[in-house]
Amino acid sequence: MVNFSELFKASSHLCRFSPDGKYLASGVQYRLVIRDVNTLEILQLFTCLDQIQHIEWSSDSLFIFCAMYKRGIVQVWSLEQPDWHCKIDEGSAGLVASSWSPDGRHILNTTEFHLRITVWSLCTKSVSYIKYPKACQQGVAFTKDGRYLALVERRDCKDYISLFVCSNWQLLRHFETETQDAVGIDWAPNGCVLAVWDSCLEYKVLLYTLDGRLLSTYKAYEWSLGVKSLTWSPSSQFLAIGSYDGKVRILNHVTWTKIAEFDHPTNVTNSKTVVYNEVEKAPAVNLEKLTFPPNQRMANALFSIKTKYDVVQAPISLHHVKPPADRANPRIGVGMLAFSSDNSFLATRNDNLPNAVWIWDVQKMKLCVVLEHLGPVQLFQWDPHQSRLALCTGNNKVYLWSSAGCTSVQVPIEGDFKVTWLSWHPSGDFLILLSKDNFCLCYLEGEGEAVK
Amino acid sequence: MGDWSSVTVAELSSDNNITWCTSARNMSPSSLSVSQVQNSTLPLPKSMHSFFSAFCTEENIEQSLSYLNKELTTLGFPSLYADSRGKELSIVSVLNCMNELLLLQRKTLRAQEETETQHLKLGSDMDHLQNCYIKLKEQLESSRRETVGLQERDRQLQCKNRNLHQLLKNEKDEIQKLQNIVASRASQYNHDMKRKEREYNKLKERFHQLLMNKKDKKMAMDILNYVGRIDGKRGAWRTGKTEAKNEEEMFKTLLNEYEQRQKQLLIENAELKKLLQQMKKEIISLLSSQKQMPKEKIEDSSGLVLSDLEEDSGEANKENMWELSCETVREQLANSIRKQWRMLKNHVESLDNQVSHVYSGSLSDKDTISRHEHELEVEGLQLEIQQCKEMIKTQQQLLQQQLTSPCDDDTNMLLQDCYLLEEKERLKEEWRLFREQKKNFERERKSFTEAAIRLGLERKAFEEDRGVWLKQQFLNMTSDQNKADRMKAQNAFLGSSESDNPLTNVRSLQKKSNHLFNVPKFSDVYQTTQHILESSLSTFLDKTHEDQKPSQIKREPLMLQIKEASPLAEDNGNNVHGLLSADLCTEHIINSS
Repeated sequence: MVNFSELFKASSHLCRFSPDGKYLASGVQYRLVIRDVNTLEILQLFTCLDQIQHIEWSSDSLFIFCAMYKRGIVQVWSLEQPDWHCKIDEGSAGLVASSWSPDGRHILNTTEFHLRITVWSLCTKSVSYIKYPKACQQGVAFTKDGRYLALVERRDCKDYISLFVCSNWQLLRHFETETQDAVGIDWAPNGCVLAVWDSCLEYKVLLYTLDGRLLSTYKAYEWSLGVKSLTWSPSSQFLAIGSYDGKVRILNHVTWTKIAEFDHPTNVTNSKTVVYNEVEKAPAVNLEKLTFPPNQRMANALFSIKTKYDVVQAPISLHHVKPPADRANPRIGVGMLAFSSDNSFLATRNDNLPNAVWIWDVQKMKLCVVLEHLGPVQLFQWDPHQSRLALCTGNNKVYLWSSAGCTSVQVPIEGDFKVTWLSWHPSGDFLILLSKDNFCLCYLEGEGEAVK
Repeated sequence: MGDWSSVTVAELSSDNNITWCTSARNMSPSSLSVSQVQNSTLPLPKSMHSFFSAFCTEENIEQSLSYLNKELTTLGFPSLYADSRGKELSIVSVLNCMNELLLLQRKTLRAQEETETQHLKLGSDMDHLQNCYIKLKEQLESSRRETVGLQERDRQLQCKNRNLHQLLKNEKDEIQKLQNIVASRASQYNHDMKRKEREYNKLKERFHQLLMNKKDKKMAMDILNYVGRIDGKRGAWRTGKTEAKNEEEMFKTLLNEYEQRQKQLLIENAELKKLLQQMKKEIISLLSSQKQMPKEKIEDSSGLVLSDLEEDSGEANKENMWELSCETVREQLANSIRKQWRMLKNHVESLDNQVSHVYSGSLSDKDTISRHEHELEVEGLQLEIQQCKEMIKTQQQLLQQQLTSPCDDDTNMLLQDCYLLEEKERLKEEWRLFREQKKNFERERKSFTEAAIRLGLERKAFEEDRGVWLKQQFLNMTSDQNKADRMKAQNAFLGSSESDNPLTNVRSLQKKSNHLFNVPKFSDVYQTTQHILESSLSTFLDKTHEDQKPSQIKREPLMLQIKEASPLAEDNGNNVHGLLSADLCTEHIINSS
């Protein structure tokens, strides 16, 4: 059974669970609200100097900062000591991005025009600068263990990568990459391989080791728009590369060669593929089912409730959008892809088939499920503990898929609540659903009882 | 006369009618066509009658008779008159003539009918053929048209193809052009980008400098108090040491990662090895059990491989030693696996073949196999015959040699005997050997004679068979002809057989039998001789072996024996020596062959 909390305010998707899962921070205009996750009671309320644009928890959940890019200010708050305060002003250099270092004691501020990255420490008075950071999609990457930082730099029209040791911000390695215009870097979860990909004008993925050696270069084709998205499997075993040709290529971690290629055609023809097609049904039935407070038949499995999905026999033609060919950044190609936490599934979205989510079986290396919706998929996210996918399509429903089945749940809230963003709680027991101005919590299975 | 004639005319007409009627009666059941003919000719007699009445009247009987007579004689009929002067009318001849004429007419009528029907048939045939001709002509025309159409189409298609080729070429050119354009654009873009980036960098640099120079007062961190590090330690100073430490740590993590991966690979490898080992064992057991099966025919090569397999399985224990370094055994392992796999494949294929044969019809398959085996056997037998022939030839040669040179040997031996004691002793030993060999040879001879007797018996039987067969053959051959001929042939055969000498007869038969029964004879001889040779040789060898070891002890009694036997056995011994050498030679040849 699925239960929902009441609606709370949060401006522009500013809502984050603390890494330890105990707190929920949300930003409303100037205020930062810290709630207990279980009771949803307000624990702390901090008032910032300007409208909050970005909030982020430190890794130990003791601090949280609010960034106000317009003012070039970052304010840090402590949960343990509400009186403690810290304000970082970037001054006339401006501020465009701000993030915690993995140790939770340093804040990395990127100044305007990517002039430099300032590393502010909360422990000492020291301030470090990193010059020449490249303005790109994903130019900073910490390893999962938080020990190293990789950074794309641009000097003399060439791409370089600098590796820093996070404990004292010492430069460990500095090397030039064979890219025309690198746009992103990503560490493998084991922290030993760094994937670097070139801009969309050229399909090129480079793999470097921690000590800066080039392991491999992968090029699928030439003369066409290249890599659009890239993700590592949690086991570091596979590297999935989504590209503008509407395909996902999976590289293995031994030879770094392609082991599978997943196409996203408009027509799903394989009859073994399960296709869930979202269809409208009478809303009365759903309202009846989802009365609040929920009834006591919650011991049942999550997916026992009536689904709005219809299982359709392939072949089926998916809704597709023909993007204008003469515009930059066309809505084509695989733009979203994510491995499930247990490594067994890969979810993808081809941007010119915006309503469909493709779920691939990683063990069999083939298409498993296609979820076709009525609206374009905004976001999908895997449960951090099991192969369960939550997604939203910008309406008042949240969609859940697991290998057992598929369901869509309407948020039983009066008024306009369009889910445009969602995030799993670290425990995987509940979700946070965000609309433009509000958020609510969505409890799965027995969690609802705690709310009562 | 007139009465007579009238009577005759009446008679004629009546006769005519009667004959028609009779003919009709007679012929009608025989065939329909005739009755039709009858029907068609029915109106004829009336007209004929009227014609006759016009031709002959009371007045001109005489003239008409003479005229008829003349006409008939010219046509080859006998004269109507009894005498040559034409005074007396012979009714018999008239009637005969009439009859002949009637017959003739009927014949001509029939012929006419036939020709008419034939004509009709031919006409219809003609029509048919004409129709056919027309049809074929039409067909030809249509096919011609078709070919023309097809040619046209072909031409069009070729044209189209050419166009398409042209288009393709154009497209390719276009693509090439576009690619070039893209490349040039890309390079231009890159160039522009670089230029812009440089400018941008300059600006950034300038901005940075300005920022730095201005000593931005605003840029600051306002903090209540510094917090402790997450690990509770104080930040270390940056020194060379920390750098080295960082490096070390980095390599440590890398090493850890690699070690982990290696471990994983090792585990995987071990599992795969286990699997391989198991597979191998299973294959070996499968194949060996297959070998044990008497019904399964395994090729010689597979047998060899099997032995290899057994070796490999023996090495399986060793492989445990190489568990960690696979490289040394990899090739071997791969080869053995490949071999086994090939064998398994062969086996499966053969099984498949068998199954398919079973389905298609097992009997014929078996037949062919047996035939093949027959052929092989025949070949083997022929080879045997060849060997036997060679052996006999060598034996003959040796016998001849032995016959030509006995006296020389004899004198030499005597001389040597006189001069050297040592040689004497040796000779004595030889004598002993000779005796033994003689014995052997005698045994051989006996068996030879037995074989000869057997051959003789066989020959006799064959002769009898042949006699019987020939007799039968002759009897069969002659049974259709006249009795006298048969008798003659029998007599001749008997005479010749009786007159010929029975001996010559036998010889001729023998010659024939030689031709006919080459195979069994030679094989028999070969078998017997081989048997004899083997036995003699084995005995000889055994004895020599026995004798050589205790030679000192055995020599004395043997000497005595030889001394006693020597005067008698001298000649025989020589012979035996020759024969023995021949025997040995032949055996040698056989062995070598």
